[in-house]
Amino acid sequence: MSLIPETAIRNTLADQRLQSAIYTATGRLVEKRKEVTSPAVLPDYQELRAQANAIKKHTVENLDYYLELFEKNVLRNGGKVVWCRDATEVADFILRLAKERGARLIVKSKSMTTEEINLNERLAHHGLEAVETDLGEYILQLAEERPYHIIVPALHKTRYDVAEIFTRKLGVEREVVIERQTLIARRVLREKFLAADIGVSGANFLVADSGSVTVVENEGNARLSTTAPKIHIAVAGIEKLIPRAQDLATFLKLLGRSATGQPLTVYTSVLSGPRRAHEIDGPDEFYVVLVDNGRTKLLADVEKRQSLFCIRCGACLNICPVYRKIGGHNYPWVYSGPIGAIITPQYHGVMEDSWLPFASSLCGACEEVCPVQIEIPKILLLLRAEVIRAKAREGKDRLEKLTFRLWAWLMQHPKLFELAGTAGAGLLGVSAEDRWIGQPPGGLAFGPLKAWLSEREMPAPAPKSFRQLWRRRRKAHGA
Amino acid sequence: MAKRVSLFVTCIVDQLFPQVGLAMADVLERVGFEVDFPEGQTCCGQPAFNSGYWEEARKVARCFLDVFDGEGYIVAASGSCTSMVTHHFEDLFRHEPVRLEQARRVKNRIFEFSQFLLNVAKVEDVGARLDAVATYHDSCHALRELHIKDGPRRLLAHVRGLELREMDPPEECCGFGGTFSVKFPEISGGMARTKIDAILRTGADTVISVDSSCLMQIQGAMRKAGRNIRAMHLAEVLASR
Repeated sequence: MSLIPETAIRNTLADQRLQSAIYTATGRLVEKRKEVTSPAVLPDYQELRAQANAIKKHTVENLDYYLELFEKNVLRNGGKVVWCRDATEVADFILRLAKERGARLIVKSKSMTTEEINLNERLAHHGLEAVETDLGEYILQLAEERPYHIIVPALHKTRYDVAEIFTRKLGVEREVVIERQTLIARRVLREKFLAADIGVSGANFLVADSGSVTVVENEGNARLSTTAPKIHIAVAGIEKLIPRAQDLATFLKLLGRSATGQPLTVYTSVLSGPRRAHEIDGPDEFYVVLVDNGRTKLLADVEKRQSLFCIRCGACLNICPVYRKIGGHNYPWVYSGPIGAIITPQYHGVMEDSWLPFASSLCGACEEVCPVQIEIPKILLLLRAEVIRAKAREGKDRLEKLTFRLWAWLMQHPKLFELAGTAGAGLLGVSAEDRWIGQPPGGLAFGPLKAWLSEREMPAPAPKSFRQLWRRRRKAHGA
Repeated sequence: MAKRVSLFVTCIVDQLFPQVGLAMADVLERVGFEVDFPEGQTCCGQPAFNSGYWEEARKVARCFLDVFDGEGYIVAASGSCTSMVTHHFEDLFRHEPVRLEQARRVKNRIFEFSQFLLNVAKVEDVGARLDAVATYHDSCHALRELHIKDGPRRLLAHVRGLELREMDPPEECCGFGGTFSVKFPEISGGMARTKIDAILRTGADTVISVDSSCLMQIQGAMRKAGRNIRAMHLAEVLASR
């Protein structure tokens, strides 16, 4: 169970360098996304969103059917599907396979699902080395940190940070030029690709009618990870399914644009089984690990299961004014930003991080940019109501509950509401000209008042409320 | 006979910014409406609804429905409160068929102030004059739930003496968010500072919005920072002459 990480949030807000790094990086992504989804460039953008939403809705509502269809087609292609309930089952499968095949080294391409289940740590615990090959992920693996962002994992690292990490962990001379840093990583990683026994990837889409795994990326490392080693294991959440290969036309148009502002990512791989006899490239063995890890629990909720539509583009993080202030590491799980705020409580239980759905101004910018039209603010509202109901059951936050009950009672009594304002105005003794107060009378402030005044001044109630002025006005007009 | 409209001034305007309600009445009368203020009104229930207290929100919202059930237009001094009625009452009352029916009726009769002027009264020029360099703040619920974007700008374009300058970015939240502002004061305050920087960069002397709650956040943070730019509700600007 987590409390609001107040100190960590305060530190993030006070770190000017970090603030500007987050703001600049997300701002650039926001601008690029806006450009490539503008009506002039992509006239059918809104129709594509509606289509993507409809496809995901249909798939999620018929997930049992499509999962079986997918498995059937993977088998037909010569691959295998492994069903895993949770993180342990995934790690167990990979460890067992590695042991059987005598594998010692794994290369990995970027996958949030494997981050979600702490796969690297679990494998390392049993002496199996897994190396991240996406540059950002590699930097973070060396730094021993979790991703700061779904798409740009090392968003918070400057090239000077990277220079320090490389020197410390790789024993190379200090290098601050980004291109040369990339070359250092490339040199190290090439050796790993050549030596690796197993390649582990995620999946952006699992295509049911062709039994294939689609992976998009910009660095070519995913293509290498999935084709160079003798064994390829794709680890994916069950919600990654789409019914038909032709649906990729809809989703690929949206994913790159929403994520990085690219019409398409540099590489799009559609992987359908192990290498055939006549083929030159490809693994000898092909596995798709389908992970539940709490997803079927979400399926049961008619209103909130749209959370499973997410294609992990990160657009909601970039546009979110809260993410842009607190960054990625102040969220309790690997999924940060608005999507993290709605899925974390659903996977872990609402009381686990009960503050999370409340950490939003409900501005709605996330829903507006979501390529699959997830109603994020609505889900936040539903989760808030669930938290409050759970707290009432557990007898928590009684003072807040009482405050809202009193408030509701007052709001049902307009006469008393009127008096309360007049009393407040009198109590604060403010003049009609300047009713703004920076400090409460006597310097006494607690609770919400103190919180408000810590960042802002506050207007005291007007000496005459609107309804009082209205009566006077009507009299003057002879009504 | 002049058409009748009922004001929904909102609890914030009633208690904290009464001049906004008066300005709204002035403008509506000027464009030919007879204005009425149902005295039983208080709040739409949004503070409780957004905080997860749906039962308390329902109590307040039922009051709202009883006060405003009937005929004729309702004009509200806030995009956010309008949106609460038009977009969220149906969620709130999904298990109460009678209230749901009432909510659907009210939904079709309530308009945010600028929406009403443009779509019902069909006026763009209300004959206002204000010497100011101003910037318009898109409040989130007005923008994203009611799709109010060009409307207020069109109305402001006809205000004599007013120069309108767009801030960059114009659409980022001011950080108010109701109880969010006191549950997460530092984040909320940080968002307000970003908003203020955007406002100050325009060189404007006045910031205008259709929501007094945003203006309370912006002006409150502005004053705390020792910058006192005038904050005005659209109704106040349009009532000026």
